Order: sequence, then structure tokens, then C-alpha cells
Amino acid sequence: MTEKTIYELSQPGRQGVRFPESDVPEQALPDAFLRTEINLPELSELDVVRHFTNLSKLNYSIDGGFYPLGSCTMKYNPKINEEVARLPGLAHTHPLQPSVTVQGNLYLMHTLQEYLQEISGFYRVSLSPAAGAQGELVGALIIKKFHQINENYKRVKILIPDSAHGTNPATSSMSGFNVVPLPSDERGNVDIEALKTECDETLAGLMLTNPNTLGLFDENVEEVIRLVHEAGGLVYGDGANLNALLGILRPGDVGFDIMHFNLHKTFSTPHGGGGPGSGPVGVAEHLAEYLPSPIVTIIDEGDDETPPLFDFYEPTLSIGRMKSFYGHFGVHIRAYTYIAMHGIKGLRDIAEKAVLNANYLMTKVKQDYKLPYDRTCMHEFVVEGAWEDIPEVHALDISKRLMDYGFHPPTNYFPLIVHEALMIEPTETENKDTLDSFASALKAIAKEAREKPELLHGAPFTTPIRRCDEVKAARDLVLCCWIPE
Amino acid sequence: MKTPEGLKYAKTDEWVKLVGDEATIGISDFAQDQLSDVVYVEFMIDEGDAVNKGDTVATVESVKAAADVIFPASGEILAVNEDLADAPELLNSDPYEKSWLVKIKLDDPSELDDLMTASEYEAYNADRE
Repeated sequence: MTEKTIYELSQPGRQGVRFPESDVPEQALPDAFLRTEINLPELSELDVVRHFTNLSKLNYSIDGGFYPLGSCTMKYNPKINEEVARLPGLAHTHPLQPSVTVQGNLYLMHTLQEYLQEISGFYRVSLSPAAGAQGELVGALIIKKFHQINENYKRVKILIPDSAHGTNPATSSMSGFNVVPLPSDERGNVDIEALKTECDETLAGLMLTNPNTLGLFDENVEEVIRLVHEAGGLVYGDGANLNALLGILRPGDVGFDIMHFNLHKTFSTPHGGGGPGSGPVGVAEHLAEYLPSPIVTIIDEGDDETPPLFDFYEPTLSIGRMKSFYGHFGVHIRAYTYIAMHGIKGLRDIAEKAVLNANYLMTKVKQDYKLPYDRTCMHEFVVEGAWEDIPEVHALDISKRLMDYGFHPPTNYFPLIVHEALMIEPTETENKDTLDSFASALKAIAKEAREKPELLHGAPFTTPIRRCDEVKAARDLVLCCWIPE
Repeated sequence: MKTPEGLKYAKTDEWVKLVGDEATIGISDFAQDQLSDVVYVEFMIDEGDAVNKGDTVATVESVKAAADVIFPASGEILAVNEDLADAPELLNSDPYEKSWLVKIKLDDPSELDDLMTASEYEAYNADRE
């Protein structure tokens, strides 16, 4: 490792700050509060600055390179978002301020609610959920409360396609539902015949990601929604892949009842170690009163002289609060900025370029890698990171080798229905040159796999830390010899 | 890939060894190979529990995925392989002997009639490759 830990850099007696002489009588801390076993490092200010600066240089980020992590939409986050989020009038407000003193913030949230409603075709949106998975939990809890209020206590089953994100079955299960997996058909769509056999009086709902995690638009989506509705169930849309649909298809218009947005993916805010997510939820009109609070509304329309007055309200049948205060307001600001900056045409352009980029890259990559579902893809695609004639090479080896070529690896081993999956999402913000050099790297690695497989098995060679022992990391959970009491 | 004769195999990749009305259950070599390195085994049942066909025996987690192990028949749990808590890697190194998961006393051994023989299971796996 190129950088020692801060404990290894510590020298007894070294210090970064010298306090002035005390001009008041000293008062010793009571013995009960003194702890001697805390092993705090001792360093100078410069030691600390260098340590953390050096560590920060080891980061791989979207600002530093291509990040084709499938299902995560690692698009460039425009710096104007950060500029706006730091405006003093927004950055310096406090969540406990009376709402009348933060009308600008409320205007922004209200407008963002309306933007998301317009983009998705849903009747109402709550901004409060903290991230995508919490949005899914909101969806599952709304489905549950809807059936309870309608006294349909038998409806305990949620259907989840086998290509779904793991958070779909997890949140359904957390909400007390029985999770039943649905197989995909040979084109990667929901298997309609399997769905029909599950459409009975115990059906509470179905969670569908469209485009799904294979990067494919589910061609049966209207049929799926119709069947679930006819059986009395609700349809939840996982909005993780909304980037592919912006300005082209509104999920609310197709019949989805509920959907979450990943503001951090689709609307470009830092995520994945770079910042918190935000998972607003939109619903059709018949579910508007179930949304989590608080929601921003206009309580006084105002007139020519007076601007409208905004405040929060709680829907009558609300599942309650999901999050302290109002959700991740800092993310709301960035998403609002991004949507306002792009406008209607710009949003559609995002989806078109994301899909074009993915198809361009897929067409190049499939020359050397097996594409199990060979269809026009949406914003991402999944190939097999393995070849039948070289069984000792795995998707993980390819990913590790990509790091030597200077790229962040794609998503590995997901979705589970593809053998040795490599899931690649280029996003709309990459240019043709970047896509070409990534495709060339994958082509070179496919060649190496046959001619010099040791390069794949030993990779990465160029990173500060070489191949990590994933098995040991998952089995031996105690990292240090000193454990706090 | 090893597929010992004399065992019965489920479509969900469990193997069953039947002696009288006692069955030992584990996961197949094919299953451990698909999962890759197993890092954690969590049992959903205890000794003495009554279980139904289709219930979950355990969740097996690898560096790649987590998978449920399903009871192919109903019965009462006679023993749980506690060794796997400390040594989950046994599921990779020795899927048919040391890494059995549970032993159960079957209510009705004929519930196992639907399971596959070794050669049927091999053919089933060849189709899935």
C-alpha cells in the first residue's frame, strides 16, 4: 500500500495545534470520564493534510474517468448543480425554521414535485424518501395499506420478476408480504404464462423494473399491468432505469400505480460514496392520499400583488413519515437545477443519447463477448464475462483487468439470471472516443484471455492495492487487533 | 462436476440421501460451483422443528449471490450441521460429505419420488449450462 494508516504515521508527542496559555483556573475532568485506552493518533497538521490529500488522490470518480457501472447511472454531475446548492439562501436555511421564512425552498420543492409529476405521468409526488430502496419500501407499504383499507386481508403476495434488483423482494418482505419470483421468458420479458398462474385472490401487487436489469424494454408491460389489475393487484414501477425513458414514455400513462425516482441517478446528483440518494415516490390519483408526509402544497394562491404561500401537509391516509424533516433537500436542489437546465427537449435528448450510447457500445462489445439476450437494448446491456473454451477465466478477472486499462469495472454477477454477468451502462454523458477506447480495452482483454490468461488472473497490476481477497473479506469480519469495549 | 449415484436431486439443486425414513440434505456440486466461494450459511430451522416441503432450510451466501436451500419433503429436523457456521467453505470443498446441511425424519418418503436420479440431474444441468 502506498499510504500508511494514520495510526502507523503517529509519533508520541507530535501535535498539530498549540493551545494558548489558559487564563482561567484549571479544572480536572472527573476520573470517571477519563479513558486511557483510546488510542488516538498524534500527528502534525501537515502530516494530516498530506495523509488525506494522498488518500483522496487514490479515489476513482466520474470526474476522473469512465464509470460504466450498470444499473447505477454514473453520469456526469454538472457543476452548476453544486453551485446552486451552495447559494447562501438555500445552504444556510435550517430545517426547524418556520415555513413562512423558507418560502423559496418550498417553492423549489413544490416545483420539483410538479416536474416529476409531469415527467412520469403520476398524479402526485412525495419527495421525502431518502433513496431508491426507501422509495420501494414506501411502495410496498402503500400497497399493504391500500388492501387493508379495502379489507382485502387475503392479499399477501407480491410478484417479483427474477431479473429484479434485490431491494424489490427485500422491501416486500420487510413489509410483511410473501415474495413470489416470476421467471423471464426467452426474450427477457416477464413470462406471461407464469404470471397468469399467479394472478389470484391473494395477489397484492407486482414490482416491475422497466427497462429491466437486462437493459431491455419489457415488451409485455401493458399486458402485465392489465393482468395484475384484473386480478385486483397494484403495479409498482422501480424507477431505477428511468434515464432511458425521459421525455419518451411516462410510466403513469402506461398504468403503473406507484413508482420511485432515483434523483441521484436520473437527475445527476453525486452518489455511490459521493453523496446521499433521494427516492421520491409518485402515485396515480387513486393512491394520492396514501403518500408519505410531508408534501409541499399551496395553501394560499395569492394574487397579482402577493405570491402564493406554500406549506407542508400530510395526506389523509398517509403511511406516515419515512424520514426526518423533508427528505434530502440538498439533492432536491441539484435535481431541480438539472431538470430546469435541460427543459423538455433536453430531457428527451438525455434518454435518446443514453440509449444510443449503450447500443453503440453493445454492438462493438458483442463481437467478442456473448450477448445472451440479443435485442436492441435501452440504456444498458448485459454480456457474459466468460467463454466456454476458456473455463478458468471469469467475469471478475475481466473486471479486474479493466482497472489496468484505466476504467472502472462494470457491474459484476448481476442480474443473477445471466451467467458470469457483466452489466455495462455508459450513460449519455460519454463521447464516442471514450466508448471506443473502452470497447478496445474489452477487445484486448478478450484476446489476452486466450493468449495470456495470467494477465487476467493476476490483475490488477497497476493499482495501489492489487487483487483483494473477497472471500477472506466476507468471512473474517474483524479487521483490527484492537476492539473498543 | 461430481454427481454421485445413489442420491436424489432436486431441480433447485439440493441432494438427498435416504436411509429408511431418514434423509440427509445438502447442495450439489453444480450448485456450489455456480455460487462460487461460500462465505456464510444461515439456518432457518432448529433441531426438533417440524418442517414442510418447500420451506427454507438455510440461506447460503457466496461472494456472488445468496441462495435459499429448500426442503424437498416434510418431516422433523433430527440434526443441523453446526460445523458450517465456522467453516462454510466446506460447501465448496466437500459438497456431498462434510457439508451436509440437515438430517430429517420424513413424514412420507414417497414425497421424494419426484426427485431426479444422478443421470437425470446431469442431463438437467447440461441443459442449463
